[in-house]
Amino acid sequence: MKRAFPILGILTAVLLVYALYMALVGAPTEQTMGSVQRIFYYHVPSALIGFTLFFINFGASIYYLIKRCATADIVALVCAEVGIVFLTVNLVTGPIWARPVWGIWWTWDMRLTSTLVLWLIYVSYLFLRRFSSSGQTPLLAAALSVLGALCVPFVYFSIWFFRTQHPQPVMGGGGSIDPRMMHVLLLNWLAFSCFAFLVCWSRYRLEKVQREVDEAHALRSLNG
Amino acid sequence: MNQTLDSSRLATGSQANAQQTGANLGHPQIVRGITRATLRKDLRLEWRSKDAINSMLFFSLLVVVVFSFSFDPSAEESRQIAGGLVWVAFLFAAVVALNQTWARELRNQVLDAYRVSPAPPNSLFMAKVLGNFIFVAVLETLMTPLFIMFYRLRALGPAWPLLLVAAFGTWALVVNGTFFAAMSIRTRSREIMLPLLLFPISIPALLAMVQATTSILNGEGARFWIVLLVTYDLVFTTTCLLLFETVLNAE
Repeated sequence: MKRAFPILGILTAVLLVYALYMALVGAPTEQTMGSVQRIFYYHVPSALIGFTLFFINFGASIYYLIKRCATADIVALVCAEVGIVFLTVNLVTGPIWARPVWGIWWTWDMRLTSTLVLWLIYVSYLFLRRFSSSGQTPLLAAALSVLGALCVPFVYFSIWFFRTQHPQPVMGGGGSIDPRMMHVLLLNWLAFSCFAFLVCWSRYRLEKVQREVDEAHALRSLNG
Repeated sequence: MNQTLDSSRLATGSQANAQQTGANLGHPQIVRGITRATLRKDLRLEWRSKDAINSMLFFSLLVVVVFSFSFDPSAEESRQIAGGLVWVAFLFAAVVALNQTWARELRNQVLDAYRVSPAPPNSLFMAKVLGNFIFVAVLETLMTPLFIMFYRLRALGPAWPLLLVAAFGTWALVVNGTFFAAMSIRTRSREIMLPLLLFPISIPALLAMVQATTSILNGEGARFWIVLLVTYDLVFTTTCLLLFETVLNAE
């Protein structure tokens, strides 16, 4: 297990370098947007990975509520933290892409608004984790995660109806995608997923050691 | 510290006993009775001190006045904006009420006593939610004429659906708010945690309330928003009831 981490690390580094090359050089240039479009290869995978991590957080929280297993709590914390980072990347690359292409930094369209609301919900989750006292944090955080996840369908429905009533420009519209671009997109998704997994694993180990240290401190002060 | 440890052990013990005689304690009549008693206590305390209502009213009034500096609308414009303004004012006022929901219980260790007792926690939760609902509803009733006056509001169509929006919207805010208030009593910076937790999760409900109010004022239908509010209320009331015992006993 200990050896797997460096091996995976090297593999991920190689993948990331290759994916970067393909995204910036190898992929064909988009005909209307030009080279600016290449940010797409970072914008989309970060969103997908963020949503996946939040989903895992939801699952881990439910598991914690049923089984009260400390590992599930750590997994939930780790996924929330790393997920927020990826979603932040998504929310920042979005306006960077939109400004040269559509002339606006932001619009309250369906996708952007719901992503922002999801980000807000999980930042409030991290606030709760930070501000609550350590005995109750896992339970309270798990309860909040469940409520937040239940909120997501409502967010989508309400903003969808809001936007069909008041149409706004949609950023990153549909249309078909060149298969070569799809390959580069999938490659970047894979590279970033490996990277996310590495970061989560490392954070997991860090949190476990931190908890053991805290427990040892507590035991020592109890024993006098 | 010792007191809390003892009461938690007692709580687990009496919870176990409660489980054995659970059939009796979960009886609807007992649940209703406890809810009614707790609600009456809260209402009586509030009636005598009028802490929450006074601070909510004044705060709401201040918000209305400050907002009115930002624009001087014609009746047409205010119909477009008023929905948002009204609900922002009510949201902030509701937070004032919610923040003091559990404060009284904490001060006199009533919450610990409640946890030790075999009374079902959901009765306490429902009583708190109903109490807060009544407070915020009173606030809304008192503030609405002021809003109509200050912003020259006039509904273009039938105005009675606004009552539905107000009822279901207030319930959405209050049920989540009471739950998060119970969560945030165990955190540092108690007063700031409540809005931080409540606002993101309430966004769908807030959007529905604001859009429904604007639609009704402009004479359009708001059926989708009202249905969304009702669904939101059902889902979140159920979830909060299911999770409240966990949060109350989280120690």
